[in-house]
Amino acid sequence: MAKKETKTKAPADKKKNAFGIFLEELTRGSLLIPVLAIVSGLLLGGLIVAVTTESVYTAWSRSPLEAIGTGIDAALRSYRALFNGSIGNPERIVDALASGEAAAIRRAFNPFLESLTKSVPYIFAGLAVALGFRAGLFNIGAEGQLFIGAITSVYVGFAFTGLPAIIHVPLALGAGALGGALWGFIPGLLKAKTGGHEVINTIMMNYIAFRLSEYLLRGPLQRPDTTNPISPFIEASAQLPRFFDSPIRFHLGFFIALAAAYGVYWLLFKTRLGFELRTVGANPNAARYAGMNIVLVTVLAMSLSGALAGLAGANEVLGVNYTLAPAFSSGYGFDSIALALIGKSHPVGVVLAALLFGTLRNGALQMQIAANVPVDIISVMQALILAFIAAPAIIRTIYRLRTPEHQDDELHVRGWGG
Amino acid sequence: MPPVLELRNITKRFPGVLANDRINLTLNQGEIHALLGENGAGKTTLMNILYGLYQPDEGEIFINGQQVQVHSPTDAINAGVGMVHQHFMLIPVFTVTENVMLGDESVKVAGVLDRQAAAERIREISSAYGLAVNPDDYVRDLPVGGQQRVEIIKLLYREADILILDEPTAVLTPQEADDLFKIMHSLTERGKSIIFITHKLREVLDIADRITVIRRGKMVGSTTPKQANQSKLAAMMVGREVDLSVHKKAAKPGEAVLAVQNLQVADDRGQVAVDGVSFTVQAGEVLGVAGVQGNGQTELVESITGLRPAQGGSVRLLGEEITHADPRRITELGSAHIPEDRQRDGLVLNFPVADNLVLNTYYQEPFSKGAVLQQEAILETARQRVTNFDIRTPSAETRAGSLSGGNQQKVIVARELSRPVKLVVASQPTRGLDVGSIEYIHGRLIESRDQGVAVLLVSSELDEIMQLSDRIAVMYRGKIVDVLPAKGASKEKIGLLMAGVLDKAKGGKTRKDA
Repeated sequence: MAKKETKTKAPADKKKNAFGIFLEELTRGSLLIPVLAIVSGLLLGGLIVAVTTESVYTAWSRSPLEAIGTGIDAALRSYRALFNGSIGNPERIVDALASGEAAAIRRAFNPFLESLTKSVPYIFAGLAVALGFRAGLFNIGAEGQLFIGAITSVYVGFAFTGLPAIIHVPLALGAGALGGALWGFIPGLLKAKTGGHEVINTIMMNYIAFRLSEYLLRGPLQRPDTTNPISPFIEASAQLPRFFDSPIRFHLGFFIALAAAYGVYWLLFKTRLGFELRTVGANPNAARYAGMNIVLVTVLAMSLSGALAGLAGANEVLGVNYTLAPAFSSGYGFDSIALALIGKSHPVGVVLAALLFGTLRNGALQMQIAANVPVDIISVMQALILAFIAAPAIIRTIYRLRTPEHQDDELHVRGWGG
Repeated sequence: MPPVLELRNITKRFPGVLANDRINLTLNQGEIHALLGENGAGKTTLMNILYGLYQPDEGEIFINGQQVQVHSPTDAINAGVGMVHQHFMLIPVFTVTENVMLGDESVKVAGVLDRQAAAERIREISSAYGLAVNPDDYVRDLPVGGQQRVEIIKLLYREADILILDEPTAVLTPQEADDLFKIMHSLTERGKSIIFITHKLREVLDIADRITVIRRGKMVGSTTPKQANQSKLAAMMVGREVDLSVHKKAAKPGEAVLAVQNLQVADDRGQVAVDGVSFTVQAGEVLGVAGVQGNGQTELVESITGLRPAQGGSVRLLGEEITHADPRRITELGSAHIPEDRQRDGLVLNFPVADNLVLNTYYQEPFSKGAVLQQEAILETARQRVTNFDIRTPSAETRAGSLSGGNQQKVIVARELSRPVKLVVASQPTRGLDVGSIEYIHGRLIESRDQGVAVLLVSSELDEIMQLSDRIAVMYRGKIVDVLPAKGASKEKIGLLMAGVLDKAKGGKTRKDA
């Protein structure tokens, strides 16, 4: 009911920071869903671990109870391995701290730092997709944009020599952003000018990017001394600085990613362009009514989205691999769609979801080694989490949550007709 | 004989709101019972309880003297209760028969649909009640009134005896509304009973047998058209005396602000919608454009405001050529636009009220400095406008979509009239609004006029046109068939012009307006 309380206003809510807005969006009932989806995904993942463990079946022939015990044991063992592999082995951390030896401490914390490193491309690519969502665009092309960004940055990384790092690193990063931006610009322009749906066109651009990178890595960009499709190593001056000695790969890119997240937040919620972008995304008719330039906004949004995805590729090349090989991306661009959804297309949510994905990916390796559980179980888990988020009704039914009154802000994407 | 329907002490609470507070309602057979109340008074909640969409917290429902539990629309349909929603539940690319069969498919052997039998029954029903619906038509080809009749057929096909019509006239032209009223009478003559939800007073007095008024979830009282009149009903609805007539001083028309010359505009399908229209609107006057909906008014307004390209002719605003200008330039020249479909064009429902209040000025000082939005300034201005325009909202940061229709419209009016404007283009400015909001918006438009603003008012509500306008232009089939001074214009004459009769400008030529 309409209440009249227009005059008084607490000054406390005058200014809201990024986190405040995020929390507010989440507490409107949408926080619960991602969290419960993650919990459910982990639980179900454990169940899958249990049913795919052979010893469970041998135990079953003895007694069902024993089988259940073995299953729980297997699941717990793999999750312990996951934890040790992604955060760190608590005992080792305690011992290392007790010994006071700097190198030991760093090694003990390496799993955690590696998780942060692994989350960098997820942050960039997730921001790319989230930015698109906010403008009402479904950018399926992050993977292709990421490949192009990697190509352009690796090229600048090895082809330019004799530059100081202070110039070379930004130059190579910029090249990556530019490459990705170009790959986003094209479907953006097609969408704005011809109405060609960005989902189709970005998928097509992905294929072009994959094949293009294969061609380049077997041709112009191939390392001279090998027959493998791999680029030359980049110059040391183009490498993103690492903070610790090898094997710890934690590099500057993580902080650049956080800065990018803040940048996207600032752009979306604090600037004129962001206002236009969100208006076009939320109601293109109203945007037109308000005199906004929808063509320009659409093209800019796709280009910016592409630039962020390009930075994801650039960071992998300049911070982790120092070279480009076809398999350098484990589907970051596609995972990022899931990620943006989990993060509710908000930069803070995207960063949190990216940290989760990076952690899971990193821990998966340890899980395979220590618990003999295939890495793919993590993919299954991610798929489950996403399915739960895409179909919140499942979560609401399982946990008996009430249906929210306004569901319309759960996804900011227009349908095919838009 | 017991009443066909009795609701006893129905109470429904939503978090923080008592939507229905011990409401009693009886419906006798063959009766049209009007449920009257402002938007948000709890009419629709009550009907959704009866239709099984909500469960009441307290209270009982009796149908033909038997207590019933309605847990779902299926229960309601089985009990003989049917509802026509404000927004139709039809599939445009299906035929009438297919739409009617949906959910109640009669089949032949092996699950093959028996369209023939269904179509036959639809024909029977249609002729019995004078619905004039052809079962083989595609729903997308039907006018709104026809679609509504399909919805009614759906209920009759399922043998509903109690029909709930939720704001049925909100989407109809006056003629279609009259047709609907005839149908309603023919339904009640054949023993059906109707609950008619509305907030339009005149309709209630015309058609209802009994009237129940609800305000803020409570029953205010029951009456009959004989005992009531418009101002009495309005007072019951709003809870205070309402002035339904618009008081205005004589117009002092000044220079021509908007000059439209021989304008031609096409509709979405490329057909001519505005066919060589010419008129001027002067400073300090209201030019009302009357006409049955769909005669080119929408396209005319969209073209003037830059949302639809003109095929020919010219539009000038204060002498500036704006025929092919974009909406921003037209806005900057001092034109305000209250769009026909406020939720589609006028608002971003997911945005806070504050953002909606600067939707077309966000890029100007003080709301932006350079590329950066000035949130403080936006919020500060929003709070002032919320107060000045009496927008009932918990705060300026509330989602616009969670406000009532009247308050949403006030957000638009506040945004458009807070700028220094020379021209206001108001299209259906009070459609679907409650009495209080209508009164308020009418007052604001007249206030603008008195300050020397030119107002172009487009409305399919003839009463509104007659009350507000200084001159009335009647539009029919894309042309302006006549422009007459509002003083002395009779409703009958305008009604006939709207229907295309008494066409003064013979041969379809447009009358030049001085």
